[in-house]
Amino acid sequence: MGRNGFALKQVFIWRHGLLLVPLIFLTLFFFFPLLTILLFSLFPQGQADFSGFLELMTSAYYCDTFVFTLIQAMLSTLLTLALAVPSAYVFTRFQFPGKTLWMAVATLPFVLPTVVVAAGFNALLGPRGLLNMLLIGTFHLETPPIQMDRTLTLILIVHAFYNFSVALRLITGYWANQSPRIEEAARALGVSDWTLWWRVRLPLLRPALIAAALLVFIFTFTSFGVVLILGGPRFATVEVEIYRQANDLFNLPMAAALSLVQIVFMFVLMLFYTRLQRRMVVSMTAQGAVARVPRSPGQRLLVGVTVGGIAFLLGSPLVALVLRSVSLQDGVGLFYYQQLGTNARGSVLFVPPAQAIGNSLLFALLTTLLSVSLGTVTAYLLSGRVSRLAALLDPLFMLPLATSAVTLGFGYIIAFDEPPLNLRTSPLLIPLAHTLVAMPFVVRSVLPALRAIPPNLAEAARSLGASGWRVWWRVEVPLISRGIIVGATFAFTVSMGEFGASLFIARPDTPTIPLVIFRLLGQPGALNYGQAMAMSSILLLVCALAFVGIERLRKAGIGEF
Amino acid sequence: MRRCVLFFMLCLLLGVAPLVARDNETLTLVTHDSFSMSEDLLAVFQSETGITVQILRSGDAGAMVNQSILSKGNPLGDVMFGVDNTFLGRALAADLFVPYESPLLKDVSDEFKSDAENRVTPVDFGDVCLNYDAGYFAAESAAIPESLVDLTQPAYKGQLVVENPATSSPGLAFLLATVQQFGTEGDYTYLDYWRDLVANDVYISDNWSDAYYNQFSGSAGSQGARPLVVSYASSPPAEVYFMETPPEQAPTASIVADGMCFRQIEYVGILAGSSHLDAAKQWIDFMLSVPFQEDMPLQMFVFPVNPAATLPAVFEQFAQMPAEPVQMDAATIDANREAWLQAWAETVLR
Repeated sequence: MGRNGFALKQVFIWRHGLLLVPLIFLTLFFFFPLLTILLFSLFPQGQADFSGFLELMTSAYYCDTFVFTLIQAMLSTLLTLALAVPSAYVFTRFQFPGKTLWMAVATLPFVLPTVVVAAGFNALLGPRGLLNMLLIGTFHLETPPIQMDRTLTLILIVHAFYNFSVALRLITGYWANQSPRIEEAARALGVSDWTLWWRVRLPLLRPALIAAALLVFIFTFTSFGVVLILGGPRFATVEVEIYRQANDLFNLPMAAALSLVQIVFMFVLMLFYTRLQRRMVVSMTAQGAVARVPRSPGQRLLVGVTVGGIAFLLGSPLVALVLRSVSLQDGVGLFYYQQLGTNARGSVLFVPPAQAIGNSLLFALLTTLLSVSLGTVTAYLLSGRVSRLAALLDPLFMLPLATSAVTLGFGYIIAFDEPPLNLRTSPLLIPLAHTLVAMPFVVRSVLPALRAIPPNLAEAARSLGASGWRVWWRVEVPLISRGIIVGATFAFTVSMGEFGASLFIARPDTPTIPLVIFRLLGQPGALNYGQAMAMSSILLLVCALAFVGIERLRKAGIGEF
Repeated sequence: MRRCVLFFMLCLLLGVAPLVARDNETLTLVTHDSFSMSEDLLAVFQSETGITVQILRSGDAGAMVNQSILSKGNPLGDVMFGVDNTFLGRALAADLFVPYESPLLKDVSDEFKSDAENRVTPVDFGDVCLNYDAGYFAAESAAIPESLVDLTQPAYKGQLVVENPATSSPGLAFLLATVQQFGTEGDYTYLDYWRDLVANDVYISDNWSDAYYNQFSGSAGSQGARPLVVSYASSPPAEVYFMETPPEQAPTASIVADGMCFRQIEYVGILAGSSHLDAAKQWIDFMLSVPFQEDMPLQMFVFPVNPAATLPAVFEQFAQMPAEPVQMDAATIDANREAWLQAWAETVLR
């Protein structure tokens, strides 16, 4: 019996057409607006305008931009994975105090606006930053030894800073499901540590590694704020060029040509990935790896280095930010937090922090619900091992990640301007846009888990008389629950931190936390900056609480199964 | 069952449409994300006219104009506020507005009026000027630069932060000031000037927030190490206004020497296709009236165009006004923006 024997497919997908819902969603809120704006841009007044493509093909500048985009994305992905794999090993295999907390700390950078991250890195690595001051003081140097501003190195480090948790969570979620028996068997055969890593662990992890690499690659390929702010104007990705052409120059044919090139490139890459992936399915009964307390000095060192690395690289920019939010002109205090709640100027722009938090949480919750349900169904839809249709559909669901927010924002304005879909000024567009970005995370985290389920498991349950529903709920859900939780965490995180959609959609006032930070940083003065740091700290706190909450929920859920 | 699910999904999707349906007495104001005014004043307008104002925001002036061009004929709202002279040419070329001559316009100085047909009405202006770290220049007893050329002198090496003109509105304004001053032809063009700025280690930030808070040293909130930044003439009073305890001396000041500041003017216009013309006209009159004009400085840190409006004390005390700001025709900017930016990028970045 093939993969189509999954219970969820049996129960509702084939019978009730649920399978079509994610496709309808994607078509309506992604392909329809995207095609509308591309056609509008490339065929203004019915006349084809391919000047953008011509320029792309003949200009060395765009070629360089594309090459730079590709290279920095590959290097960023490698660096991120190189850091995340050992950490994932530590998180899967060892029990240590504050594990949930460190996982949350690792994920927090993901929600911060780039300007705020730039401030954090300045405080850590800048010419007058903590590390330089320390080195100057210790070695009595004249000039700051670390000069990383505006270099590719800094871009790569910050990309790793942002994406570390994507890889860490995906790999940990998958690894934790793997039975330790294979490894025990290998050890019993007396293989070296080296062989164990190269021949056993990494091959078994391949589905999760490739899923993580893919997400990080797409994220860094389409990187925008990090490159613009920390890389400086000398570096430009294709995404930056799309933004410049669309927003600043309003050169729609050029923006459309660039968008198309980026989308087609990603699509081809994804097609290649799905072909690769079909050969790597590792079925196994999930027993869950056992996390032990580190015993040997080597193990202790490994745990210590991992936790120390997370605390230093990921934690210290965050701490710098929180410290700024309580540093007043004279002394320390919560003045900026109090100011957040007072509308001193009686301004219509004022947003009580509770309202911003409420809006952010509401959008994030909607995004999480939508993307988990749609993403899980999508994962089922794609889980067929040999289906040609699935191989073609899989890349389609990743494309929203490869599409610039400006392009899609323009698409919404011209595509949704008539009833019954007069949505262009609806606040609902924000969670819908977030869902498009969040869904791929859910798909990528659920799909490897789903593929790892041995096909005979559901069959066995059914032959014992369990109904389709029961098999799904009691057999399949527990096996993919880790994947779902990882996906849900990221859906939530994407929505909490994203505000591109808010900038490119005309909307009535439903300000989220990142938007409030953006507004505060748009005006001069200590009070504005202090409040921006306070609001950023609140964003961190809300997300940290949510991560810990989700983790609790997971543990409670697993206890039941 | 399958039909039920699909039907339910469709209902869910369609159900949101009425949420955005327009009310007859509602005037929709399309604006950028920095728009602000006093709540009380808005309440006065609404109760006096019976018009409810709905505010729709986009990111910046550029995003707003682009969205309005895309939705031309079936506009997102009735009036658009916040298009400035750097984007006005694009908006006028796309024929976004219907003309309206407000009776209050006669008091406004001609230097602010950019359209003979009155398709747009000037509301406020602000000057993009260099700001300096007053503490630094006092402590070092250094001379404050007095011209754009001064900035290329060794004395100011590594001291200046500007914004990227391709991605930032004050950055573009500063570029236009250099174009005006040095021209595009001759022995020493604006590009030669920029080469000298680069040789003098100018720092080019992506946006105002990064330039002002992460690179500039002068603001009470900032973290940077450079004492000169491209910002606004209204930033020094804002610095004072946004301090926990108002100081006697502002931490920063503007350099307003002739030719060093670029004047940005913001306009309001009625969007073609609006079905609330009377309400839109009332709103424009209201924006030009003294109460709104006097409300603007502390809400948006811009200056009123209505000469009858008085400035708040903090502006009177801490804002410097350039006598001869650079002004450039909107059509000229629109016609040359892309070429100037392209040449700038090729000179400065490669």
